[in-house]
Amino acid sequence: MSSAATILACLLIPLAGTIAIMLAARVGDNLRETATLVTAGALAWTVWSLLPEVMAGERPHLYLFEIVPGLDVAFTVEPLGMLFAALASSLWIVNSIYSIGYMRGNKESKQTRFYVFFALSLAATIGIAFAANLFTLFLFYEALTLLTYPLVSHKGDEKTLRSARVYLGILMTTSIGLLLPAIIWTYWVAGSGEFTPGGILADHLQGPALGLLLALFVFGIGKAAVMPVHRWLPAAMVAPTPVSALLHAVAVVKAGVFSVTKIIVYIFGVDHLFDTPSSGWLLYAAAFTIIVASLVALRQQNLKRLLAYSTIAQLSYVIMAAAILKPLAEIGASVHMVAHAFGKITLFFAAGAIYTASKKTEVFQLAGIGRRMPWTMTAFTIGALSMIGVPPTGGFVSKWFILAGAFQADNYVAIFTIIVSTALNAAYFLPIVYLAWFGREVEGAGPEHGEAPLASVIALTITAALTILFFVFNGPVIELESQIFGAPS
Amino acid sequence: MSALQAHMPALQVIVPMLSAPLVLLLKERRLCWAATTLTSLCSFAIAVALCMGVLAGGESYYLMGSWPDPYGIELGVDAFSVLLLLVVNGASTLVLMGAFGSLNQDIEGHRQPLFYSAWLLAVAGLNGILVTADAFNIFVFMEISALASYVLVSAGPNRRALPAVFKYLIMGTIGATFYLIGIGLIYLMTGTLNLADMEIRIHLVADQKPILVAAGFITIGLALKAAVFPLHVWLPNAYTYAPNMVTVFLAACATKVSLYILLRFDFFVFQPNLAGHDLQFAYFLMPLSLLAVLVASTVAMFEPNLKRMLAWSSVAQIGYITLGASLVSLAGITAGLLHMFNHALAKAALFLALACLGMSVRHLRLENIAGIARQMPWTMAAFVLAGLSLIGVPGTAGFISKWYLISAVFESGPWGVALAGVIVISSLMAVVYIWRVVEVAYFGSLETGSTTGATIAEAPLPLLLATWTAVALNFYFGFAASLPVELSTRAARILLGHIP
Repeated sequence: MSSAATILACLLIPLAGTIAIMLAARVGDNLRETATLVTAGALAWTVWSLLPEVMAGERPHLYLFEIVPGLDVAFTVEPLGMLFAALASSLWIVNSIYSIGYMRGNKESKQTRFYVFFALSLAATIGIAFAANLFTLFLFYEALTLLTYPLVSHKGDEKTLRSARVYLGILMTTSIGLLLPAIIWTYWVAGSGEFTPGGILADHLQGPALGLLLALFVFGIGKAAVMPVHRWLPAAMVAPTPVSALLHAVAVVKAGVFSVTKIIVYIFGVDHLFDTPSSGWLLYAAAFTIIVASLVALRQQNLKRLLAYSTIAQLSYVIMAAAILKPLAEIGASVHMVAHAFGKITLFFAAGAIYTASKKTEVFQLAGIGRRMPWTMTAFTIGALSMIGVPPTGGFVSKWFILAGAFQADNYVAIFTIIVSTALNAAYFLPIVYLAWFGREVEGAGPEHGEAPLASVIALTITAALTILFFVFNGPVIELESQIFGAPS
Repeated sequence: MSALQAHMPALQVIVPMLSAPLVLLLKERRLCWAATTLTSLCSFAIAVALCMGVLAGGESYYLMGSWPDPYGIELGVDAFSVLLLLVVNGASTLVLMGAFGSLNQDIEGHRQPLFYSAWLLAVAGLNGILVTADAFNIFVFMEISALASYVLVSAGPNRRALPAVFKYLIMGTIGATFYLIGIGLIYLMTGTLNLADMEIRIHLVADQKPILVAAGFITIGLALKAAVFPLHVWLPNAYTYAPNMVTVFLAACATKVSLYILLRFDFFVFQPNLAGHDLQFAYFLMPLSLLAVLVASTVAMFEPNLKRMLAWSSVAQIGYITLGASLVSLAGITAGLLHMFNHALAKAALFLALACLGMSVRHLRLENIAGIARQMPWTMAAFVLAGLSLIGVPGTAGFISKWYLISAVFESGPWGVALAGVIVISSLMAVVYIWRVVEVAYFGSLETGSTTGATIAEAPLPLLLATWTAVALNFYFGFAASLPVELSTRAARILLGHIP
């Protein structure tokens, strides 16, 4: 198969999967779940099959069609997008295994609709990852917002609807209100929106206008959840946990920070931005978000909301790393996307497993739960350690690179922020871990229960293992990303 | 074939006009419907043929009865007229194809031949406006289409249509009369009714008072017919109480054809000749357009009646079109004209979806459609997708016009950012009023909704097919936009070509 056909296959497999899921659902639930798993497996295999070419320095390209002169739907696989697509598609397999346990364990309604929109969301995610220009990116970005709405509003009661309204409202407002003008502005000054190594704006836009355009992009990409456009993420926690785990810890939010990074690297150009003082605010905005979101997380009692605020802080790590504008930090940004994905999906899996087994959602209810659910809580502990950045977990690797980049740039704001937030992460995660293992369970507080359904436990064990493995086997990722940013010194 | 090709501009009017009385002779309802649909289809085929001619060779002229041109009646077809001919005849055909069930429900049996006849007269009138190059002819066709539309709007079972249509009639007559007074004055001063001739001759008397008065009368009169804010008051009720299928047709094309005359007159006759007119045009039209966009969108956000909500949305969308035109630049006019095409697509699809709902729900109010998506999944899915086009989500036709419009205002200078802000804000308002419906239809509970006790089922297949065709066209022209973009760019060049 030629590489262009492979890219097309990556987009079509999830779409074909939705049809398969709908047809299979008429036969029975087991066949439907098989369809999801097969689709996920096929997608991951196809995405990974592009890797050797990208590793070899090639950039597979697929040109679909021209809408009007200057506006193309086209795809190019470059290292950042390759990493993102590989991450999302691989974790979809694990997440599908987990979903089976979760959705059946909680006897959720409308499961077919759930799996169908999940597959469609993945198609949109792949589209974002491989987009060759700003227009294509925007097309799939909006599609992802709309396709995840039915997943967020899955329960359909009044409270869920209100949250789903916040979700859709913030993401649509920012994307139409800020991102679209930013994209049109870029096309207007630069004459194209093609993602080009070194950026396309250097000869066209200088000074304060550049900082303004950056602001339109960063806040327009509401999925990156830089404060103050972060409120949709805690609102999205009303969704079933598999949605929170894959979409709101990996696919959707990473689509946000991925888009910001991609735009900084390929539209603005790292060097051009570094030479423009008016772009300096981004670092402070990200640092502010990291600290404040961590402080808010400290005060959360609901486990999923706590994880949501932790995600907001961790996303801004990626933004801050990208905003340091030094090669090592940019590598750190992409490594952190992976490390955080493994860690946070584990944490959400654990939160969902706890809910499935015991219906517990609040932090204080978790006292002593480690003895009842040892596998789940071990995974939770590993995820938490990765969030803090303790070796031997993936979180340590990315923090190392971001810190190295910060030192390279003599950026003390970034260094200070990383140190403080590490302390804050420890302050809100370690008490939970302590409580779960060493706390005393309140007598008669809840029903007797053991571990979550087997499928869920398998899934969270896999991701916890990945979190640790990534500490050791991160070489390929760094080698891949070095292609854009220059070799790490 | 080539002999026929030469007569296409005349056939565009003659075919529907002569078929109108013939339909009256067919007493059987289904036959009437079939004949009307077939005629409309022929008319659409002629429009397509004209369009291909324009794309291949440019403008074509036709002299009625071979009288030479300032004396006889001249017909002229260029990119601008073709753009709207496609909209009018396409909308009419698509609507008619799905219309039988809905119209049969709305209109008493013995009135149906009359109704179909009036429909064809409306199409003939609109086509006539679009192909003629003669100012008085425009008036005649305007009256034909207007009188036919009054009949169409009042044909439904809803008695409240009568006061609505009376208002529509009074306003429409005032508009047409103003236009007639205007061209009367111009005829007095120049002695010609041919637009091209007028353009040349008016130059000699351009500084005279009667010409200025005529410009005022013509502009106001046409703005009234086109429902340019704040002369839009007749529109919401006329759309709301008309039979559902009539609303689809009118919403897709009626006001746009009036806008067509307004722009054509203004750019051909007044802009090149009256001193400072281009600035007057821009500075009058722009604030009014912005107000239309903001005020009408706000009203739509709080309107519980679905048809009236979309009618207000139409007032806002007309504001987009006039905003583009008021920029008086190639990009701006292109965007405005493009939006005529794309808005027709989006609104037709939305009103068709409402017509589907109307098959089961008598009063299309928000509280009556709670939870209806469970019974009518296809209809509501069509509504959501068409709504996305109205909002301007990428991949839909609505996005293309929004892209061109925002690019055009950026180009227009320092004020452009503020204008872009207004466009963006009103798009967000569209999100609000579309999503209100989506939430109620998908998540509302049926208990509060089913007070009528009628059984709710999916709309009949032909109507659903028409709706989904409209939805598909929204996406088709969202990805392959070259045809409307090409036509509107050429049309904008033609309009601007008359300004020295």
